[in-house]
Amino acid sequence: MGGHLNINHLMFLGQGALWTIGLSVIALIGGGIVGFVIALARISPLKSVRLASAVYVQLIQGTPLLVILFLGYFGLAAIGLKVSPLTAASASLTLYVAAYLGEIWRGCIQSVPKPQWEAAEGLALTRTQRMIKVILPQAIRIATPPTVGFMVQIIKNTSLASVVGFVELMRSGQIVNNSLFEPFAIYAIIAVTYFAMCYPLSLFSQRLERRMGRGRSNLAPA
Amino acid sequence: MQQNSSSEPIVSLRNVRKSFGPLVVLDGVSFAVERGEVLALIGRSGSGKSTALRCIDRFEKVDDGEIVVCGHRVDRPDVDLRALRQDVGIVFQSYNLFPHLTIEQNITLAPCAVKGMATAEAKDLARKVLVQVGLEEKLHAYPEQLSGGQQQRAAIARSLAMQPKVMLFDEVTSALDPELTAEVLKVIEQLAADGMTMVMVTHEMGFAKGIADRIVFMHRGKVHETGPASILTSPTTPELTQFVGTGNLKS
Repeated sequence: MGGHLNINHLMFLGQGALWTIGLSVIALIGGGIVGFVIALARISPLKSVRLASAVYVQLIQGTPLLVILFLGYFGLAAIGLKVSPLTAASASLTLYVAAYLGEIWRGCIQSVPKPQWEAAEGLALTRTQRMIKVILPQAIRIATPPTVGFMVQIIKNTSLASVVGFVELMRSGQIVNNSLFEPFAIYAIIAVTYFAMCYPLSLFSQRLERRMGRGRSNLAPA
Repeated sequence: MQQNSSSEPIVSLRNVRKSFGPLVVLDGVSFAVERGEVLALIGRSGSGKSTALRCIDRFEKVDDGEIVVCGHRVDRPDVDLRALRQDVGIVFQSYNLFPHLTIEQNITLAPCAVKGMATAEAKDLARKVLVQVGLEEKLHAYPEQLSGGQQQRAAIARSLAMQPKVMLFDEVTSALDPELTAEVLKVIEQLAADGMTMVMVTHEMGFAKGIADRIVFMHRGKVHETGPASILTSPTTPELTQFVGTGNLKS
């Protein structure tokens, strides 16, 4: 064992960082698509749809992501469904992100003032037209800062995928540490790398929020 | 009840009842609005006048009674809401323009989406209705760039663009100062002069007196007194006497 941290180790960590970004993007897109459906289902006029989506959200939000990952990887394997670490991590993160984004977006849709719905209704627009042309454009404005903020959570949570053997930033750090045994230096590098990915997003989210705050008075009726 | 028997009324309410929980808001309300007529619903806050107006466009479902609007049985659960709302225009106290769209887009949205009107035609229409409310120079402005009075006039224009058979006004000047109120009332006056059928909930007694063909005074969920605008100056019931006597009658 031994040796010193060299360029090859850093390249390996860099590759892990890229997979962290990749997995985050997969989780955001997958979770975004499913989450959008969840958000719409949560405010559906059909009670059964509302109930089913609420149960989903509560179930996921009440379960640690680590457990979902274990279920997706080891659980499915135990019942004969062999999935790759990437598939298991992608699917678990998608389910997880969907539950949270669904709730965030439901709140944003519902925070569009009710009179906006009524005005659109009074103009004889169908429910779908009201949603697409009047409510969603306003909801997207409201949803952007918290969604960008939540992306920070997604990036950090992808580190849990290391437990199913998916080699992202965290796992690649563990691997490098296993050969060098310099935990402080290596995990410090990992921490700084995570921070470098998350901090710009946090800043961006805050800036969006400030800009929103300026426009908010115009969003409210009267 | 107190209905004119000439032709089929555009709006008619017969014995309409509505409660919110234990609170009875409409307790057997009946009135009718003839074509070209301007009807003003007046009364204290909580007398049920706004609820009555909202029932006409089915923003509230009634518990009992009959509402017919432009031939639509609004009280029935199977009423065609989209057809109803193409015949009825409604303007709210809080304007409710869509903040993410320009005034032109606000106006052309429904004609294009609901009636399938071509964009060019809808834009011509937008210009026309904006001229009607004196806002043609605001075509490309966003709602937030307009004063309250201008926003309300734009909201009226948006409603007019659907060429409704009857217009409902729900306290449309209550959020405006006297000067802005005047510019909105002028637009409504012009609509009345053009023969638009209108039902308005208003606190502007002077305006109601000047423009309304008929006054419906509501009190405790009932139509308490009804008649021509002159009942405001010579009321017959003590409640209306007290209502108009409490400084509500601006000249």
